[in-house]
Formats: sequence, structure tokens, C-alpha cells
Amino acid sequence: MSTLPAAERRAVVRDSLGVALATGTYGVSFGAVSVASGLDVWQTCTLSLLMFTGASQFALVGVLAGGGSAWAGAATALLLGTRNTLYGLRMAPLLAWRGWRRAGAAHVLIDESTAMGVTRGSTAAARLGFLTTGVVIFVLWNLMTLVGALAGEAIGDPRTYGLDAAVGAAFLALLWPWLTRSRLRAVAALGAVVALLVVPVTPSGVPVLVAAGVALLVGVLDRRPLP
Amino acid sequence: MSAATATWLAVLGAGLGCYLLKLAGLAVPARVLERPGVARVAALLPVALLAALVAVQVFTAPGQDGPRLVVDARAAALLVAAVLLVLRAPFLVVVFTAAAVAAGLRLVT
Repeated sequence: MSTLPAAERRAVVRDSLGVALATGTYGVSFGAVSVASGLDVWQTCTLSLLMFTGASQFALVGVLAGGGSAWAGAATALLLGTRNTLYGLRMAPLLAWRGWRRAGAAHVLIDESTAMGVTRGSTAAARLGFLTTGVVIFVLWNLMTLVGALAGEAIGDPRTYGLDAAVGAAFLALLWPWLTRSRLRAVAALGAVVALLVVPVTPSGVPVLVAAGVALLVGVLDRRPLP
Repeated sequence: MSAATATWLAVLGAGLGCYLLKLAGLAVPARVLERPGVARVAALLPVALLAALVAVQVFTAPGQDGPRLVVDARAAALLVAAVLLVLRAPFLVVVFTAAAVAAGLRLVT
């Protein structure tokens, strides 16, 4: 990192901290939603420490809250986690880490750390943006998860404060940045409709997995490249 | 197996799995996963899943024979969340305003 000019280093750190502070704090909503979904504080904090990828964490607790089985919750979380694999493919040549450094970097490979690393022109700058964002979010996300979980437990019945309604809003906010193109908006609408159509005839948790089939079908049949 | 044990298995199993998915991206040679069909499906997957999660979270409720479709205070909360997202409100504002709308509606109805 010593090869980076001081001005560029400051700029990368400043941008990364801005994104990291904004993102890390919403761990409080995950903590509150997770205990409202029936997980205990330990399970909630383990998810943030071990899984550490927001959409998958919300998905797991959301499916369980809706009465879905543990395997349906885990499968949904894993399917959402596959996008981090794509981020890894983009980041691997930029970060150029091997061995234990690569194993460590993998843990903080998430939407935001990728976004703050992928645009840089050099390995040193990419590493700085990626690590600053990833590590600061990891620390904050876990602290705020604990705060949210303890607060959620103190509240009791989640319906009193509308926390059950917060889950849908959280998923919509996570979905929002993806809805940039008409094909992605169409896939979102189709996924939502297909899931609701199969709700009456499948066990809880399965409708969301059926919606994954929409992505599979459209991806296979519609061969136009996605940017 | 008790519900708590099943939840722990899901937490630990999916947690480890999500880490391995991240590591695979950094460690697997790019050409294995960069075939266009695989890349397209992987890009569409989070969109379909998150949209389905929104729909199922908001428009279903537990019934006697499993979940059923409903429209209640959560739908109004979702509408408010969408308006806030159009106005570029921060994540926490969106989530907790939606919660407050649902709680408020339940107080007055």
C-alpha cells in the first residue's frame, strides 16, 4: 500500500468509510428483525459473525418467521449468497491475494466491499478500498446486530412496533438497486407473482425457492447478455 | 430434532456455505464460472429471490392449513417504503418508517 500517493489513499479511505458507516449501522434492523422472527440473541449474532452477508441473513430469518422449514431458509440464504461468488470472480485478479490472506478476504467479500474495490485502477487501491469497507462494516454490523437483538428482545411482541412489516421493507430496499433495467424489473415482478401463486399449494419457504426457477428459466431462454 | 436444533443447523450450515461461496469466487479459475449462461442466471437470481421474499413477507399470513394470501397493514407499510425509496431515503429510514406505519395502522383499526 506504500505505493499509493497520500492524496489517493485519503480519498479511497474517505469514500470507503462513508459507505461502511451507512451500511454497518443497519445491522441494528437485522438484529431486531431476527429476534422478532423467533431466533435467539446467540443465533442472531452467530449469523452476523459467520454468514455476514445481509440479504442472505434477512432471507434465512424471514423464511423461518413465515413458518418455513430450516432447510428452506438455509437454501434461500445459500442461493442469495451465490452472487458473492460472482463478486469474487471480479475481485480475484484485482486483489491478487493468495493463501490465508485470500481466505480472510473472502469473509468480507460482500456487495459494498466489492463496489468500493472494483472501480480502482491499481491493486494497492483496490485492496485498500475493499478492506477498509469490508472490515469496518464487519465490526459495525456485528455490534449493531447485538444492539438490535437486545432491543428487539426487550420489545417483546414484534407486531406492537410493526417489526413484522419491517422485513418486507428491508427486502424491498435490498432489491431496489437491482431494478435498473426493464428485464431485471420484469424478472422481479415475475418472481413475486409466481411465489404468491404457489403460496396456497406449497409448504412455507418453498414459494421463494420456486421463484428462483424464474431466474433460471429467463437466464437460459433469454440469451441477450446482461451488462 | 427440536426446532431450536434445526435453526442452529440452518444458521451454522448456511453460514459456512455462504463463506465457501465467497471463497470459491476468489479461488476458482474465472473461466469455470464465467460461461455466459451461468453468469446470466447468477445475475438474475438475487432479483427473483428478493422480489419473492418481499411478496411472501408482505402478502401472506399463517392460516389453519398453512399460509394464505392477505392484504393488511403490511401492504400499506410496503407502499410507504417504496415511496421513500423513490425519494432516495436511507435504508434505516425506509425500514423503521415502514414498521411505524404498520404499527400506527394497527392502533387505529
